[in-house]
Amino acid sequence: MSIGLLSLILLAIAGIGFFLGRQRALSAVEGDPRKLHSLPAYYGQSVSLFTAVPALLLMAAWLLLQPMLIEGRISALVSEGAVAGGTSQELIMSDVRRIADGLDRVMEAGGVTEADLTDMDAGVTDVRERLAEVGVAVGADISANVFEAAKAYRSQSDFLHLVMAAVVLAVALAGFLFAYLRITPEFRARNVFEIFVMTLLIGASLVAVLTTVGIIFSLIFETYHFFQLYPGRDFFFSLTWSPRFGGGSQLGIWPLLWGTLYISFIALLVAVPVGLMAAIYLAEYASNRMRSFAKPAIEILAGIPTIVYGLFALVTVGPLLRDYFAEPLGLGTSSSSVMTAGLVMGIMLIPFVSSLSDDIINAVPQSLRDGSYGLGATPSETVKQVILPAALPGIVGAILLAASRAIGETMIVVLGAGAAAQLNLNPFEAMTTITVKIVSQLTGDTEFASPETLVAFALGLTLFIITLGLNVVALVVVRKYREQYE
Amino acid sequence: MTDATSQSPASRHTVSLFTPDSRTKARNAAESRFRMYGLVAVSIGVLALVVLLTSVLSNGLGAFRQTFLAVNVTLDPAVLDKTGNRDLEDLKKVTTVGYGKLLEIALVAALAEKGISTDDATVQDVTGLLSKEAPAQLRNRVLADPELVGQTIPFKVFATGRVDGYFKGRVSMESAALDSNVTPEQLQLADKMRAAGIITMGFNMAFLTGPDASELRPEAAGLGVAILGSAYMMLIVLVLSLPIGVAASIYLEEFAPKNRWTDLIEVNISNLAAVPSIVYGILGLAIFINFGGLPQSASIVGGLVLTLMTLPTIIISTRASLKAVPPSIRDAALGVGASKMQAVFHHVLPLAMPGVLTGTIIGLAQALGETAPLLLIGMVAFVRDFPGAPPEGFFDPASALPVQVFQWTQRADPAFVERASGAIIVLLVFLMMMNTLAIILRRRFERRW
Repeated sequence: MSIGLLSLILLAIAGIGFFLGRQRALSAVEGDPRKLHSLPAYYGQSVSLFTAVPALLLMAAWLLLQPMLIEGRISALVSEGAVAGGTSQELIMSDVRRIADGLDRVMEAGGVTEADLTDMDAGVTDVRERLAEVGVAVGADISANVFEAAKAYRSQSDFLHLVMAAVVLAVALAGFLFAYLRITPEFRARNVFEIFVMTLLIGASLVAVLTTVGIIFSLIFETYHFFQLYPGRDFFFSLTWSPRFGGGSQLGIWPLLWGTLYISFIALLVAVPVGLMAAIYLAEYASNRMRSFAKPAIEILAGIPTIVYGLFALVTVGPLLRDYFAEPLGLGTSSSSVMTAGLVMGIMLIPFVSSLSDDIINAVPQSLRDGSYGLGATPSETVKQVILPAALPGIVGAILLAASRAIGETMIVVLGAGAAAQLNLNPFEAMTTITVKIVSQLTGDTEFASPETLVAFALGLTLFIITLGLNVVALVVVRKYREQYE
Repeated sequence: MTDATSQSPASRHTVSLFTPDSRTKARNAAESRFRMYGLVAVSIGVLALVVLLTSVLSNGLGAFRQTFLAVNVTLDPAVLDKTGNRDLEDLKKVTTVGYGKLLEIALVAALAEKGISTDDATVQDVTGLLSKEAPAQLRNRVLADPELVGQTIPFKVFATGRVDGYFKGRVSMESAALDSNVTPEQLQLADKMRAAGIITMGFNMAFLTGPDASELRPEAAGLGVAILGSAYMMLIVLVLSLPIGVAASIYLEEFAPKNRWTDLIEVNISNLAAVPSIVYGILGLAIFINFGGLPQSASIVGGLVLTLMTLPTIIISTRASLKAVPPSIRDAALGVGASKMQAVFHHVLPLAMPGVLTGTIIGLAQALGETAPLLLIGMVAFVRDFPGAPPEGFFDPASALPVQVFQWTQRADPAFVERASGAIIVLLVFLMMMNTLAIILRRRFERRW
């Protein structure tokens, strides 16, 4: 029985349960809902909940645990012969799964019955060809015990699926009977229903916590693996980054950290003055007409995906900087450079800085402005000597948030900054960042056994810690400041 | 005050208040300078937007127009269907080589008919103008409608990327002389064919509906798989993040007691909103693919990762709009005997719904443009087959719009820059539609209390 069908059946029983439950509640009071504790629909809902929810939960748990259980048993079957051949246990198991899956499809395509399958033998029948016919490609020749394992895998998982269907249906029916028989006019159906909904709400709010736990867990776990394979001293103190997939690579973080910080610095050099001045101008000087045009225009910049900025850096800004600045000045011939990425990233951050500063400037009480004007200060003096000092903590917070954005930004640096890891001061040289290297070490490679791939997790953890630190400091600063005026 | 006037030196009276002294002048100059800085900053922002959009549009609009060769192809049964029974299985056995021959014959005939001399151009030059994808185009057309065999049909096929680039100004005679893929003679021939009406330019529907094509066939590369993959992911994000986000915000805003635990959740959410997107990619790779065993480059994994990324955005905006519903609504509901849950679900939530939907759409728009996490979960694979219908199709390999842009930027042929910019135009059009919808929702339905 397929999982889709099983869940449909469960939902159908729950639906029937709703009507039966409501019916039972109403007939218990001879159709007069005033004598019930709750509205009749709540009785129906309580029955459907008890029918569907435990059964669905059980099914989810079963589906999650079953593969682990079977794999444990099957890997014992294949272990001796296969591992000797030089391939890893994991690869063999994935072959076993694929063959088992393919056998299912062969049977679907027809021509093979269950009885044929038991007689089938890797040596006699050409299994590979049969599998290829249904579109399942198996790499190496299938050895006898792998094929036997696949057959065992198939029959066991079929059997367990059948057991699961039976158990799940039994649980659903038990839940149904329990809830149905509980219905009396005094039964507090609404409270039961509301407790259930409340559990759902709490569960939903836990997703955010689980996400964080997942991030931290996966980063720390794989980073630990990395440091088992590669000395931490070299990672933190080596000044060279040259991964070699053959082995003997040097994975020092400093060139990457330098590139990241250099590019972010240039980006902030562009974004902070421009964003801040734009915010001041729009808040203090601009006419209404100008504000209604310029503010959305700058905010559109914030809604443009970073890949667009990346392409802009690659196609327009990079060649422009190379042809008009770097080459005439003799500073380099590369179109992807720290300057390219920094400049474009700065443009991306302008709306971020300006909208945050705008909020903060507007939060400065009008009385401070009026007091300053009353003393005869010009608007610019008011801004410089009253508003900015009052808004300073908030603006610092905004800049820190922008910095954390810049450090974590990926697509602009992937397309604009280049891939050469070096410690260099020349802004027209190609350099690379932590994020670029995470992408390049992880794309297209799924074997997590070499330090060259695992280093991406250590880099990710570094990135996570830096940005988290910046965010926390920024939030604290902003929060402290808000309390002053509210 | 009287003291002040009496003490003022006599010299002060000789200068009118309307003539500014040097100090006032300096202050006024500083004022106008400051003002100008502000104006410059705003102009830089606006200018950046204009330059960015012009750059994308000027590079990308070409992708929607394509050079076609229009020829009358005789679908010779002797080549395509030797048995003569129009059986689909038999027709499938004819490879693209056979169709290439037919196109070649048709092209030479068309040239002869228009009176273009083929002296300096050999037949190979002529067929070199055709895209390598052209025989496959013709084959697909025939397989879709086997009755065509034996007829002569007018058929439009792609010209190669170089000829296309020539008519768009990307390829010149000089560059062609250095290029191994095209010769100046071929371009001259293409000029003549254009004059004769064999080569035409028109709207390229295949760019929007077709699958990606290999490195050597930029003219045939399309966005179909990417658009479908993005649509699947947006569907998953919507279905998961809207209920979870709304439920979480209702709990935190309406029910949660103020204690350390809920404080932790709140800090957590605001921090998650600022975690770099690539970290979510690492999470997806480690948890969903390695631990959960979901397939690589499938839209389900992309959808899940983007859901986790979008959740904080949705929660923050939903909480803001729940907060905006005045407490009098809740009090009135409680006053007539509703439970707290009923008050929230029957009265507060419906009133907050426009704000919730606006926030959701903006979150979806963000997710649609996100690239970095998708690179890590293997979405960069070259996918030519359309994913199947959902829900099984969610597990098929697919691409996504922003990732497709990234892939095209990594290819050597400059024709792909045009494709990438074209794809960005498509992406921006989708984003614009979503944001417009959000603005309309806000304008039409949002209530101010």
